[in-house]
Amino acid sequence: MQITVNVNGQDYTREVSARLLLVHFLRDEIGLTGTHWGCDTSNCGVCTVWLDEVPVKSCTVLAVMADGHRVRTVEGLADGDQLDPVQQGFIQCHGLQCGFCTPGMMLTARALLNREPDPSEERIREAISGQICRCTGYENIVKAVRWAAEHEAAARTTEPRTTEEATV
Amino acid sequence: MTTAEAPPMGFGRMHRKEDARFVRGQGNYVDDVELPGMLYGAVLRSPHAHARIVSIDTKAAEAHPKVKAVITGAVLDTLKLAWMPTLSYDTQAVLATDKVRFQGQEVAFVVAEDKYSARDALELIDVEYDILPAVVDARRALDEGAPVIRDDKEGKTDNFIFDWESGDKAKTDEIFASAEVVVSEDILYPRVHPAPLETCGAVADFDKVSGKLTLWCNTQAPHAHRTVYALVAGLPEHKIRVIAPDIGGGFGNKVPIYPGYVCAVVGSIVTGKPVKWMEDRSENLMSTGFARDYHMHTEIASTRDGDIQAVRVKVLADHGAFNGTAQPTKYPAGFFHVFSGSYDLQAAHCEVKGVYTNKAPGGVAYACSFRVTEAAYVIERIIDVLAYELKMDPAQLRMKNLLRPEQFPYHSPTGWEYDSGDYPKALQLALDMVGYDQLRREQASQRENAKKGDVLTGIGISFFTEAVGAGPRKHMDILGLGMADGAELRVHPTGKAVLRISVQTQGQGHETTFAQIVAHELGISPDDIEVVHGDTDQTPFGLGTYGSRSTPVSGAATAVVARKVRDRAKLVASAMLEVSPDDLEWERGRWFVAGDPDKGKTIQEIALASHGALELPEGVEGHLDATAVYNPPNLTFPFGAYICVADVDTGTGQVKVRRFVAVDDCGVRINPMIVEGQIHGGLADGIGMALMELIAFDDEGNCLGGSFMDYLLPTAMECPSWELGETVTPSPHHPIGAKGVGESATVGSPAAVVNAVLDALKPFGVRHADMPLTPSNVWRAMNGNPVRTDLAIQ
Repeated sequence: MQITVNVNGQDYTREVSARLLLVHFLRDEIGLTGTHWGCDTSNCGVCTVWLDEVPVKSCTVLAVMADGHRVRTVEGLADGDQLDPVQQGFIQCHGLQCGFCTPGMMLTARALLNREPDPSEERIREAISGQICRCTGYENIVKAVRWAAEHEAAARTTEPRTTEEATV
Repeated sequence: MTTAEAPPMGFGRMHRKEDARFVRGQGNYVDDVELPGMLYGAVLRSPHAHARIVSIDTKAAEAHPKVKAVITGAVLDTLKLAWMPTLSYDTQAVLATDKVRFQGQEVAFVVAEDKYSARDALELIDVEYDILPAVVDARRALDEGAPVIRDDKEGKTDNFIFDWESGDKAKTDEIFASAEVVVSEDILYPRVHPAPLETCGAVADFDKVSGKLTLWCNTQAPHAHRTVYALVAGLPEHKIRVIAPDIGGGFGNKVPIYPGYVCAVVGSIVTGKPVKWMEDRSENLMSTGFARDYHMHTEIASTRDGDIQAVRVKVLADHGAFNGTAQPTKYPAGFFHVFSGSYDLQAAHCEVKGVYTNKAPGGVAYACSFRVTEAAYVIERIIDVLAYELKMDPAQLRMKNLLRPEQFPYHSPTGWEYDSGDYPKALQLALDMVGYDQLRREQASQRENAKKGDVLTGIGISFFTEAVGAGPRKHMDILGLGMADGAELRVHPTGKAVLRISVQTQGQGHETTFAQIVAHELGISPDDIEVVHGDTDQTPFGLGTYGSRSTPVSGAATAVVARKVRDRAKLVASAMLEVSPDDLEWERGRWFVAGDPDKGKTIQEIALASHGALELPEGVEGHLDATAVYNPPNLTFPFGAYICVADVDTGTGQVKVRRFVAVDDCGVRINPMIVEGQIHGGLADGIGMALMELIAFDDEGNCLGGSFMDYLLPTAMECPSWELGETVTPSPHHPIGAKGVGESATVGSPAAVVNAVLDALKPFGVRHADMPLTPSNVWRAMNGNPVRTDLAIQ
C-alpha cells in the first residue's frame, strides 16, 4: 500500500505492507532511529510518538493507520538548534541515563505541558505511568518536566510568544 | 535558556556530556546500525522445557524467497560451533543438537532480507520433539530418578553442579550449639530478570577479503567478548573488532555471550553479508541472563538481649539448564559470602549447592554485584526475623550490632577485608531523616485501634555492605582473564585530551565522570577531554562494566594514568623553566616554582612544549601520553542505611511505598548528580523486586514471566519521591577514595521494602513472606497461608 505520513512537518510517501508497524516505518523506512522499540506489548512506551497531537505507542499502530496523519518524533522536538524546554529540563535535572526511554518520555511530557502548563508532580507521574524507565527511578524525569513547566511559565511572562506557538 | 555553565575543574555536579545526543534522538544503539546489504536474523526457540529433538525440517523455510540461510545445530556442529563455553567453565548449546533444555532455548537461526520475512520463515521450520519430564523445582533437582538434564556431559547422572562453602563451620556450629537464641527461616530470593529496555542484539559483519569480523553488540564487556570469540571460533583475535555502541541499559543482562550473537556471526560468514539480530522482549525475558533464584535456609544465633553471635546459611542455587553465571572463577556463588553483612559477628558459615533445572541459564545479573544482593537481603531479612522473635526494635537491634568505625579495616568471618566505614553514623542519619521515633509512635497508636481492612503503616530498615570493584587479579578472573583494567591518555599539543578506557557505559555517564577524573588530576576542563570507550580496536584491554567496577577499577586506572601524565609534565616543565623538578609544586592545572608561584607553566603550555622544539629532559621521549593498567589491591566496600515507609491495605493486600530514605556512603563522589541518579534507579529496582517482579514457571516448565504484561516493572506511580542522604568515608586504597555506587541501591533496597511490608503485617502474626509481595501474596500471608512464589503450582 502507498501511504503518505507527515513526520515532523515533512511528507513521506512510501510503499509499505499492511502489517508494517509505525515504529518500523519511522525507524527503517525513513531512518528516524530516535524512536525506540522495547517490548511488543504496549507496556514499556519507549516507542511513544505523537499521532497528530496525541502520544501513542508506535509499536501498536500500523503504519497505514498513520496515512494522512501527522507524526511527531523526538527528532522534531527541537526548533533547529534551539532545544525544547523539555529537552533542556531532561539535561538540567539528569532526567536520563541510558537514553532509551527518553524520547518517548519527552514526547509525553511535551503533550502534557501543552495541555496543562503547570502540572503537579502527581499529574506528571500519572502522565508518564504508561512508560517504563529502568535507570532513573522517575524522580529526575518528574523534576525535568517541572523544570520545563517553570521555565516556560517564566518565558511566557517575558516573551510575547506563547509556549504552544513556540513549540508545536 | 542554556546548559552551557562552566563545568567543574574536577569533581562536582556537572551536566552529562552524552545527553546532547540522547535528547535529540541521536544516540546510536545497536539496532540503529544499518550497513549496506544487511540481512536480518531471527531465532527459532523451543516451546518445551525439556524435549529430545527427533527431527528438524528446514526445507520450507529455505524455499522462502527472501530467506538467505537457515542454520541449525547440525550445521553448527560441522563448524564445531554447536556448543560454546559459558563464563563459568560450563558449556551451553548455541543451537540445540540433541535436546532442548529450557523453554525458549535456541533451535534454529534464519537469515532473511528483512526482519518480517525472517520471522515468517521461523513458522516454516518443522521441529519434531519427544517431550521429556522437566525439572522445575530446584529442590527436586537432586532427587533419585530426577530427569538428567545435562546428559550431553559424559558420565553425568544427576543435576548437580557444585558445592561451595565459606567461613568457619566448626566455630559457627559451636556458637549455635550454645546460643541462647537461635532463629531460622527459609528465605527465597526468587528468579527475576534485569529487563533492560533495550533487548540484546548484534550486527555481525565478516569481511572475507581481510578476514576481519566487526561485531556491533550491546555488550557490557567488549574486550572479554572478543577474547572468547577468538578462543571459541578460532578467529585470530586481532581480526575481531567488537564495538559496543550506546547501550539502552544493561544491569548485568548484557555480560554473557548469547547464542544469537554467535548465530549472527555465523550468518555473516555464511552469507557474506552483514547480519543483524535483535531479540524481542519475550526472548529477552525467557532466554537471557536472569538473576537470583536462591533458596536460602538461614539461621541466626544471638543472646537474649540481642547480641548477634553468628549466622549460617545453606543455599540451594538454581542455575538453570547451563551454568552460565558470570563471576570470578574462584567464587561459584559470587560474593555471596559477604552475607555476614554489616555486623560484628564471631563466626559465619555458608554452603551453596548449585543445581541444573530446565530453566534459562544465568543467575548473576540485575545489578547484583556478584550475588551481594542475595547476601544483603538474607542478612537484613533474618535480622528482622530475630527482632520479631526478641520483640526488639529492628533499628535498635541493628545499631547494637553494627561494626564500629574503629574496627576498620575489618576482617570478616568469611575472609573479606572491609576497607572503611562509619556504619552507626549512616544509620543514625537515616533514622533522623525519616523521623523514626515519631513514625513508631504514630504506628503504635494506629495499631491500638486497628481493625482488619485498615491501611497499616510499616517501617522497614536495611543496612547493607557491598563488595564491589572486582578485583585483585591474583584472586579474580573470568575465564582466566584477570580483572584488571587499562587506561590510555593522550594529551594533544593544544592541551586537549583523549582518554581511552576499557569499561563500557550503559547509561552510567562514563563520558562525563571519567573526564572529571582527568580534570581533577590534571586541570584540563572536562569539556576538553574526549572519553573513548566500547570499541576494542580503540581502547585498552579490560573486563568491562558490571559489579559496580567501573569507578573502583577503571576510574582508578584513569587517575593513575593522569598522574603519570602529570609526572611527565613536571619533567617538561622543569626543562621549560630551567629549574630542577624537585623545585616544582603542583596546583590543579599547572606546575610552578616553589616559593615563586608566578613562575610556572600550565598543563596546556607544557603539552605544546612537549610536542615542540624544546630539548626534552631524560625520562620524556616526547609527548605527555601515558598508559596504565590498574590491578586493585582489594575490593571497595560501599555501604548504606535505607528506610522504607509503606502503607499496606489490609483489605486488599495492596502495598504503597509512601517514603524511602536512602543514606549511601560510596566514598568520594565524583559527580554527585550522577551518583544520586544511580541510587534513584536502584531504589526503583528494589520496589520492583520486593513487590512486583517474578519469573515463575508452571510444573511443565513454561515460563510465566515472558512479557511485560506478566513481568511487572515499577512505573512512576509505584515509586515515591526518593529522600537521599550521604556520608563520605573514602576508600583508603583507591587513588581517589571512590568506592562505586551503581548497584548499591539495588542491593540494599529490596530488604527495606520487604521489611516494611512485613512490619505492617506484624499485628497479623506474619514473621516472613517471600518476594514479590503482590497483593495476593500479602493477602495470603495475612491469612496464614504464605506462598512459594517461585512456583505457579503450589
